[in-house]
Amino acid sequence: MIQTITFYLFAVLVIASAVMVIMSRNPVHSVLWLILAFFNAAGLMVLVGAEFIAMLLVIVYVGAVAVLFLFVVMMLDIDFAELRAGFIKNFPLGIAIAAILLAELVLGIGAYRVGAIELGTPDGTSAPLLDRSNIESIGALLYRDYIFLFEAAGIILLVAMVGAIVLTHRKGPADARGQQDIGKQNRRRPEEATVMKQPGIGKGVEL
Amino acid sequence: MIGIEHYIVVSAILFVLGVLGIFLNRKNIIVILMAIELILLAVNINLVAFSAFLGDLVGQIFAMFVLTVAAGEAAIGLAILVIYFRGRGTIAVDDVDRLRG
Repeated sequence: MIQTITFYLFAVLVIASAVMVIMSRNPVHSVLWLILAFFNAAGLMVLVGAEFIAMLLVIVYVGAVAVLFLFVVMMLDIDFAELRAGFIKNFPLGIAIAAILLAELVLGIGAYRVGAIELGTPDGTSAPLLDRSNIESIGALLYRDYIFLFEAAGIILLVAMVGAIVLTHRKGPADARGQQDIGKQNRRRPEEATVMKQPGIGKGVEL
Repeated sequence: MIGIEHYIVVSAILFVLGVLGIFLNRKNIIVILMAIELILLAVNINLVAFSAFLGDLVGQIFAMFVLTVAAGEAAIGLAILVIYFRGRGTIAVDDVDRLRG
């Protein structure tokens, strides 16, 4: 009973906040609604017993991606009213395409529900471990069977990081603020960087 | 009792809302990126639901990889957005024709 109530609470909230994400006038509000949507989706996943993915969703999305969105939205000085110009014009087409897509998905779910789609049964090689937590089971499977995919995911993140830095890095004169001159740093000697002082008692130091 | 159909319906609605968001906010690329995140969230809910109800953990591992790619995509997309804004002073994507494509 409590499970049903919790499910409907999370489901209604995730869908309502998704509606607010796409309908909101201000993109900052959209980001905040997106955060609420992710929290509620994490709740749905906890409800079904996938705690690790739920926590990952909260940490990665709310902690990193949503903050990145918020940062970019607030950093850029954008006239958002102008960007909403086509909203009403695109509304009928968007609703029509969404309705068609939803009808197709409902047909698929209906076919599954009446038993026309056979999902097959898992062979049990990747079933959750008995009397172990969700994260232990995932770790055992991930580091045993999917270690190369895990490494590939790391490489994807590395490439994304390098790409984002290279794209947004501003090239300018070497002495511009925030720019590093490695040659100058390497040429620096202790004599020009430090001074020796012999302060008298009660006199203080003059720099 | 909550079955797998409940989860599929929620994720289907979320997916459709993401697609609708792309159509409604055709000029605002930030909201388009957020709608793509919604679509990927719907996919993740679907993967996790099937994984949990079928007793097979591969779905959750795949959801993790989807999460990885989504994070990379958001970072690269926002980086492209920032350099585009620097050059043009606007982010209206319906007149992006610098590549003459």
